[in-house]
Amino acid sequence: MYLTERPSSSRSAGLQVKQRVAGTVILMGLVSMFTDISSESVSAVLPLYLTAVVGLGPLAYGFIDGIYQGVSALVRILGGWLADAGDHPKWVAFSGYGLSAITRLALIPLHSFAAITAVITTDRLGKGIRTGPRDAVIAASSAPESLGRAFGVHRALDTLGAVIGPLLAFCILYVVPGDYKSVFVVSFAAAIIGLAVLLIFVPDVRPRRARAQANGTTLGKPPRPSFALLADRRFGRLVLAAGLLGILTVGDGFLYLALQHRDDMAVKYFPLLYVGTNFAYLALAVPLGRLSDRIGRAKVFLTGHLFLIAAYVCAGGPAAGAGLTIACLLLLGTYYACTDGTLAALSGMLVDPSVRASGISTAQTVQAGARFISSLGFGLIWTLAGQQSALLIVAVALAAVIPIGWLLLRNNETRPEALAA
Amino acid sequence: MSTRNRLIVLAVVCAVAIGGAAGYLLHSRKSQDKAVRSAPTVAKVPVSQIAGGPRIVFRNTALGSGYGTIAMVSLANPSGPRAITGTSCDRVYSSKQRILCLSSSQGIVTTYKAQVLSDTFQTQQNLPLAGIPSRARLSTDGTLAATTSFTAGDSYAGTSFSTRTVISHLSGKQDDVGLESYRLVHDGASISPVDRNFWGVTFAADDDTFYATAAWSGHTWLVKGRISTRTMTTLHEDAECPSLSPDGTTIVYKKRARQPVGHWRLASYDIATGRETMLAETRTVDDQVDWMDSHNVLYGIPRSGSQAAVDDIYEVPTDGSGQPKLLIAQAWSPAVVH
Repeated sequence: MYLTERPSSSRSAGLQVKQRVAGTVILMGLVSMFTDISSESVSAVLPLYLTAVVGLGPLAYGFIDGIYQGVSALVRILGGWLADAGDHPKWVAFSGYGLSAITRLALIPLHSFAAITAVITTDRLGKGIRTGPRDAVIAASSAPESLGRAFGVHRALDTLGAVIGPLLAFCILYVVPGDYKSVFVVSFAAAIIGLAVLLIFVPDVRPRRARAQANGTTLGKPPRPSFALLADRRFGRLVLAAGLLGILTVGDGFLYLALQHRDDMAVKYFPLLYVGTNFAYLALAVPLGRLSDRIGRAKVFLTGHLFLIAAYVCAGGPAAGAGLTIACLLLLGTYYACTDGTLAALSGMLVDPSVRASGISTAQTVQAGARFISSLGFGLIWTLAGQQSALLIVAVALAAVIPIGWLLLRNNETRPEALAA
Repeated sequence: MSTRNRLIVLAVVCAVAIGGAAGYLLHSRKSQDKAVRSAPTVAKVPVSQIAGGPRIVFRNTALGSGYGTIAMVSLANPSGPRAITGTSCDRVYSSKQRILCLSSSQGIVTTYKAQVLSDTFQTQQNLPLAGIPSRARLSTDGTLAATTSFTAGDSYAGTSFSTRTVISHLSGKQDDVGLESYRLVHDGASISPVDRNFWGVTFAADDDTFYATAAWSGHTWLVKGRISTRTMTTLHEDAECPSLSPDGTTIVYKKRARQPVGHWRLASYDIATGRETMLAETRTVDDQVDWMDSHNVLYGIPRSGSQAAVDDIYEVPTDGSGQPKLLIAQAWSPAVVH
C-alpha cells in the first residue's frame, strides 16, 4: 500500500516504528560517506596537483573532463544489469567501490598524463558500476512506503562525505605542504574503511529470490539485458519525464560560471560554491525524503524543478550581490535534495524488484544523458543570447515542461499489483 | 560471523587504515622537515647589494626558510650569491621599477593574489587574479601588466579548467581587460569559439602590441594583439607562452610538436619571415622563457622525485645551436632586468 495524500496526524506510533530507516540504509550511507571523503578529497586537490606537479595545460584538462562525463553513464546500465542478472547487487556494488579504491593507490606513483587519465577513467568506471546496485540494495532493504526517506538518509550521508573530503584534503596539505601523495594515501585509507563496512556489514540482499519466496513462485530465469523496461508504460513515462526535465537542466558549472561573472565574491570563494550547494542538500535530503513519502514522490520531484527555476532566475536576473549568490546555491541544493533520491525511489518502485538495479540505473542514465545534451545546447544559447538571457530562456522552458511532467507522473508512483506476476 | 566479531574486524581495518595513513603523514612531515634542515645552503648577500643594478629576479626554490620567495642575482654573476627577500610568490616578473607577484594562499578556501610591488617590495596595487597563478608579465617600461591564471568551473562541467588572462594598465586610468573580450581574427574572419582560451602574454616596446597564446578546439595559436583596438590575429599554429626578444624581431615559445600531452619543446620564430627553429633543449619545458640577451633565453625546469618542488634555471641559444647550460640552481620564473 502506498500512502498518498495521507495527513501525518493520522499516523499511529506503531507505523512510525515500522518506518524507521533500515540499518542497511545507514550502512550504505556510511559506505558512500567514506567513499565520498575519499573521492572528494582527491577531486579538491587534483587541479592543483595537475598544474603544480604534473604540469598540464588547459587543453589537457578539457580532455580529462570529457572522460569524466562520458564513461560513467556508459557503464552505469551495465552495472545495473549485472546486479539484476546475478541477483547479488551487493557484490556488483563492491566491485565498483573496490575499483575506485584501487585507483587512489594507483595515483601515488604516477606522473604522466596518460596514466592519470587511465586512473581517472577507472575511477569513473567504478562509480558507474556501483550506483545502480547500491540504490537497489537500499530499495530492497526498505519498506516501500518509506523509500523516499531511506534515499534521503543515504544521500545526506553521501553529501556529508563530499563536505568532509575537501576539508580533510586541505588540512593534510596544511600539515605537509605540497605533498599530494599524502592526500592520496589518506584518500585510499578512507576508501578502504568504506569498503570494509560494505564487505563486513551490508547483507547480501537477493531481491529476485526474496520476491519469488514472497510470491511462492519458483526462481525465474535471470533477466537478460534489454530495453524492454522502457516499453513498460509506467516506467517509460517516468523515464520520459526525467529525460524531458533533464534536457532543461543546465549543468552546475554554467550556474557557477554565471555567478562568477556577476559577482567577484563567487570568483574568490569558488570552492565554497560547492559547499553552499552541498549544505542545503545535506540539510534537506532527509526532511524532503520524508515529505516525498507522505505527499507523493512525483510531487516532490517536480517541485524540486521549481527550486531549480528559482535558482536560474537568481543567477540570470539583473540584480547581483552576495545574498543572491547564496540564495542561488541554497536553491540549487534544495533542487538536488528534492530530486536525486526521489528519482531513485520512483524508478525503484515502478519496476519489478528483479530488475530494480537496471531500472534505477536506466532512469539515472537517461537523466544524466539528457543533462549532457542540455549542456551542449545551453553552451550554444549562452554564446548566441548571452548568459543572463540564456538562463532566463531555460527557466521559462522548464516552467513550461513541468506541467507535462505532472501529466506523465501523476498516479504513476507504484506498480499495480496486476503487473507484478 | 557474529556482530561482535564483525565490529572487531572493522575496528582492526579502521585501525590499520587510519594508523597507516597517520604514519605516512608523520613520516612525510618528518622527511620534509629533514629536507629543509639538510638543504644545501645557498650563498646569500643583502638585497641592497643587488637591487638597483642589472639583475635577474626569480623565485627562490632552495628548500628552507626562504623557499618560494622573490630572490635576485647580479646579471654579471648569475651563478653567484643570491639576495633573498621576504616576499612569497608562485610566479614573479620584474621590470626596472616594478615587480609583479602572483601568489596563492592555500586553505579551505584557497585564495589568489596578483600584486604590483615597488622596487623596495612595497605593495603598490592589487590586480584581479581568478585562479591558480600561471604566467606573469610586465612591459619593459613597467606600465602594462598581464596575468594568466587557471580557473575552475569555466566550462560545461564543474570539474573543468580554463585560463583567464587579464591585461592591466598600471597607470590606473583604464580598466583591466580580459583577453576573452578581445576580437579574435583567424583566417581573415572574426571568430568566437565557445572553448577559446588565452594565456601567456608578452609585450612589445610600443606598449600597444602584444603576443599571446590562443587555443580552441584542441589547437594552440600564436596571436598578435593590439590593446588600442582590442583585437588579436592568429599568426602561427602550435605555439604557447611566447616571449618577444628585446629588439622585437624574434619570439621564443613552447610547442607541442606532436609529442605526448604534457610535453613541450622550445622553438624560436622569426616574425618577419615566419621561419621556425627548434632550440637545442630536448627536455620538456613548461615555462614562458625570458630573454637573457639578444641571443639566449632563460627558462625553468623542475627536478624530479623528492626534489620535485625544486627547479633550476637554464640558458640556451635561440638560433638552435649550442647546448642548454645551468645558469641559476634552485630557481624558477626568471626575469632579466638590464
